[in-house]
Amino acid sequence: MKRFVSLLCVLSCMTSLYGCALNNDAGNSDNVVYIYNWGEYIDPEVLTIFTEETGIEVVYDEFETNEIMFPKIKAGAVKYDLVCPSDYMIKKMIDNDLLQEIDFNNVPNYVNIGDDYWKLAEDYDPGNRFSMPYVFGTIGILYNKNMVKEKVDSWDILWDPKYKDEILMQDSVRDAFMVAEMKLGYSINTTDEDELQESKELLQKQKELVQAYVVDQVRDKMIGNEAALGVIYSGEAIFTQRENPDLEYVIPKEGTNFWMDSWVIPKNAKHKENAEKFLNFLARADIACMNFDYITYSTPNMAARELVEDEDIKNSPIAFPDLSKYHLEIYVSLGEKADRHLSDLWREVKSY
Amino acid sequence: MNNKYTRYVAAPYLIWSVGFIIIPLCLVLYYAFTNADGAFTIDNVADIISYVNIKALLLSIAFSLASTLLCLLIAYPLAVVLSSVISTNSSILSLLFILPMWMNSLLRTYAWQNILERKGVINGFLTALNLPPLYIINKPPAILLGMVYDFLPFMILPVYNSVSRIDKDLINAARDLGAGYRDIFFRVIWPLSLPGVISGITMVFVPSLTTFVISDILGGGKILLIGNVIEQLFTQDSDWNAGAGLSAVLMIFIVISMVITSKYDKEDIR
Repeated sequence: MKRFVSLLCVLSCMTSLYGCALNNDAGNSDNVVYIYNWGEYIDPEVLTIFTEETGIEVVYDEFETNEIMFPKIKAGAVKYDLVCPSDYMIKKMIDNDLLQEIDFNNVPNYVNIGDDYWKLAEDYDPGNRFSMPYVFGTIGILYNKNMVKEKVDSWDILWDPKYKDEILMQDSVRDAFMVAEMKLGYSINTTDEDELQESKELLQKQKELVQAYVVDQVRDKMIGNEAALGVIYSGEAIFTQRENPDLEYVIPKEGTNFWMDSWVIPKNAKHKENAEKFLNFLARADIACMNFDYITYSTPNMAARELVEDEDIKNSPIAFPDLSKYHLEIYVSLGEKADRHLSDLWREVKSY
Repeated sequence: MNNKYTRYVAAPYLIWSVGFIIIPLCLVLYYAFTNADGAFTIDNVADIISYVNIKALLLSIAFSLASTLLCLLIAYPLAVVLSSVISTNSSILSLLFILPMWMNSLLRTYAWQNILERKGVINGFLTALNLPPLYIINKPPAILLGMVYDFLPFMILPVYNSVSRIDKDLINAARDLGAGYRDIFFRVIWPLSLPGVISGITMVFVPSLTTFVISDILGGGKILLIGNVIEQLFTQDSDWNAGAGLSAVLMIFIVISMVITSKYDKEDIR
C-alpha cells in the first residue's frame, strides 16, 4: 500500500510538471499576453471577453505579496507582459531598471483615468512613463455601530481600554506600524530609531486590548460581529457593508496610508503590443465598471465611475473619498536593511 | 524473490527520500550557514540567542510537552479499552478516532476557530442555556486544544497497535500466578506497550514543536512560537538564510528528543 502511495505521489508530481510544460507551450502561438496580478484582483469574465474580442489568449498568474512577485520578475524565469505591483514596489522596479515605458499612444483609453490619480502616481513614477493606475485605496477603521456608540474619527480609539478584546489589528508589519506612526504624528516611512522604538512601545501597550492580529480575516470576523473595531483596507470595507449593514468605515483624522496598484510592463516582456491592447481594454469604461463591481476596490477610472448604477456606491465616501480632505501618505520602499529592522521590531511586539 | 527485482521495487522509495528528504535537508543546512551572498557564516544560527527567539523556542517546547502529555493521558486508556473490545467492534471504534484525519488539518483548525469564537458554536449553546460564555479563543488553552485535537491520532495509533499485539496468554498467565490488576498493568501491559508509547511521543512532540498554523489560527497571532518566527522570516522578510538558521536549531532539538526516546526504547526492550 505504501509503495502504491509513493508511486502515486511521484506520478502526480510528474503530471503536474507536465502541466506546467503545457502551460508554457502557449507561448509558441504568438498571440498571447502573460499577466501577473494579485489574487482575486480581476473579474474572470473580463479575461474571457478580452479573448473573445481580440483573439489574444490570456495566460494569467497570481501573486500574494509584492515581495513574492519581485524576485520572480528580477530573475526573469517567466517573461510576463503585464504585472500589477503596488506604488513603492513600482519605484523599486524602476530603480532596478526592470520596466519599460508604456506607449500611451496605443492606450487611448488612458484619458478615462482621473487626473488626480496620475498626479499621485508621480510619487513613485515621475512623469507617468512606466505605469497606469488600476486600483487604489486607503486603510481605515471598520466599526460596528451597535457596539461602538461614540464617534469614531481617530486612531486613539484602538487604544481605549473600553474595547479590550474587541479590536482586530492588521498582522502586517508596515500597516501595523503605520497606525502607530500616524497616531504619534510621524511619517509612515520614518527610519528614525527613536520614532520607531516609540511606535513599537505603543503597539506593545496596545497588545493586551487586541483580540487578534489577522489579515484577510478582519473581513469575516467583522461581518460575523466577532469584534467591534478592525483595521481594514477600504476595498474590503464595501464588501463587508454589503454583508453586514451595521458596519461603518472611517479614515481617521490623523491620516492614513494611501496606496495605489498600477500596471507595468517588464523590460523582458515579449508581447508588449498585446499588453498595451489589454491595458486599453481594461481602461474602457464598461469593462472597468464591471471589474469594479466584482473586486469592490476603488477604481481611478472616472468614466467607469459614471456608469456605476448603485447611487450609494457611486457617491460612497469609502470607494471614492475626497482625497484633499485627508492627510494621506504613500509607502516608500525603505530598503532591505530598514525593512528587516522593522520586521524585527514587529516580532518584538508580537512576542511581548 | 531475487535481489534485482526488489531493487526495482525500492527505486521509488529511493527517489522519494533523496528528492524530498535528503536534498531539502541539505538545502536547509546550506542556507543556514551562508549569508545572502553565499559566504559562510554562523550568524543565522546564532540568531536564536535573542529575547524574542529564545522566548518563542521555550514557549514552543512548553506547549509541545503539554500537548504530548495530554495526548498520552487521553490515548493510553483509550487504546487499552479499544484493544479489549471484541475485534470487529474495535476496528469500527478505532476508525472513528482516525476519521478526522481524512480531513485536511488546516480545515479542522479553522473549524475549531468557528467552534470556539466569541460568537461561535459553543458560546451559542452556552448563551442559549443562560450560562456564561467561554472565552478561550486567541489564548493559550485554545492553542493547546488545537494541538491535542490535531495530533491525538498520532498517539492513539501506535499505542493501540502495541497494546493490541500483547499476547493475551501473558496476561492470563500473570493472573494465574496471582497478579492483581495493578501488577498486570504495571509489570506486563505497560512495559510491553512502551515501544508504541515512545513512537507516539515522538510523533506528537515533533509536529507540536514546529507548528505555526495552530498558534496563528487559534492564538490570533498573539502568541509567537518558534514556528511562527521561522514562517515570518521566510514569507514576510524573504530572509531564507535566517529562517533556515533557526530551522537548523529546531532540528537539533528534534534530534535530541529522538535520541532520548530511542534510548528509553532500547533499555526497556532489554
